[in-house]
Amino acid sequence: MPNFDYEAPTSLKTALGVLSGNGENRPLAGGTDVIDQLKNNRRNADLVVDLKRIPELLTLELDEGRLRIGAAVSCTEVHNLTSENDCFPALSEASELIGSIHIQNRASIGGNVCNAAPSADTIPALLVHEAIAHTASATGGREIPLIDFFAGPGQTVLQKGEILKELVLPVPSSNTASAYLRFIPRNEMDIAVAGVGSLIEVDPSSNIVQKARIALASVAPTPVRAYTAENFLEGSTIDNPTIEKAADLAVEAAVPITDVRGSAEYRKELVKVLTKRTLNICRERLA
Amino acid sequence: MSKKHIKTTVNNVEHEILVDSTWTLLETLRDHLGLTGTKEGCSNGNCGACTVMIDGKSSCSCLVLAPEIDGRKVTTVEGLADHGHLSPVQDAFVENSGLQCGFCTPGFMIAATALLNENPHPTENEIRLKLAGNLCRCTGYDKIVRSVQDAAERLSKS
Repeated sequence: MPNFDYEAPTSLKTALGVLSGNGENRPLAGGTDVIDQLKNNRRNADLVVDLKRIPELLTLELDEGRLRIGAAVSCTEVHNLTSENDCFPALSEASELIGSIHIQNRASIGGNVCNAAPSADTIPALLVHEAIAHTASATGGREIPLIDFFAGPGQTVLQKGEILKELVLPVPSSNTASAYLRFIPRNEMDIAVAGVGSLIEVDPSSNIVQKARIALASVAPTPVRAYTAENFLEGSTIDNPTIEKAADLAVEAAVPITDVRGSAEYRKELVKVLTKRTLNICRERLA
Repeated sequence: MSKKHIKTTVNNVEHEILVDSTWTLLETLRDHLGLTGTKEGCSNGNCGACTVMIDGKSSCSCLVLAPEIDGRKVTTVEGLADHGHLSPVQDAFVENSGLQCGFCTPGFMIAATALLNENPHPTENEIRLKLAGNLCRCTGYDKIVRSVQDAAERLSKS
């Protein structure tokens, strides 16, 4: 392990002061990505700032029409809350897919976002649920729609001394369903070859789609939304031909690479299949 | 690198330790507390050989820094037996031959204990899902799963 110092401030103000100091100051939440990256020199640090003793970053609240997820809250906690309340099903599903239960117990949703892997499982789920990233820094904070948070593989728009404080998601109406699916060549413990999150909100009297959100993982340098497919779905009724067409259109948003996990062509086919499947799951959940 | 003075409870014993900021919990347990039951496998969170419980939650100790456990309770495989009496999970692994070379066994026993604490009656699928983060390179999975099923029965009768 390379050399670094370690601090675990107990207030957000102290943490932001420390993070804005000279040197490479690396925020730490669950550590399941960062510690491995430090060991392998894929990220460096002069100082590791453990955020798990800061109350604001450990908040997990579902009230007043919003879900607030503090940046250091674990995947397990988010999975438990969302599954018990039967809301945010895509997020509930994605937070149970990251690594093993041992990883989910430590890894935070905020860390999954800030690690900014194109394959991150929770990001499509957060995107379809319209998460806003609330940041904090010594000079103030920003509210960034999550789709604008990513700058490239492993890169975010966070500036030096700025951290993700929390993710805020509006509670969907009761006429809304969402789902997240990824493809991996085994059942567990792998990185998405492609992942798709979908959300559908319908008008309960006419069954016409009022809102459609489709987000894709592992098929571009950052997570992406499939806007053309979303626009096509809005105003339609959900039937088999509509789902087929939306799945074809979702592929247009994918600009995948060929690598050890799969070829670009294969990933595009996966986007089509997973979009179809997630939309069908949404349809079943709305029925 | 700086030294940090931490207080932690490992297997119900309180320790005050001076740790380096860069030590992992795994190194701390094995090299500084002499608890070598916890094994180092992949050291990146894939294999589960180093699984311990932190405040009751199963975790890969290779991905935790020593200073992070200040004030936390850690349980390792050495902490499962009660005054020399094996725990029901340990008994079940022994009697069902839930091990071959034994290297993955401490991690599996901790993972199984954490699973049964949260879900006393898991289905076979739930067992396989929650133990997916523990690899057995001897590939003795069926007997491990049967051991966990047997442990669940033993615990429900105890």
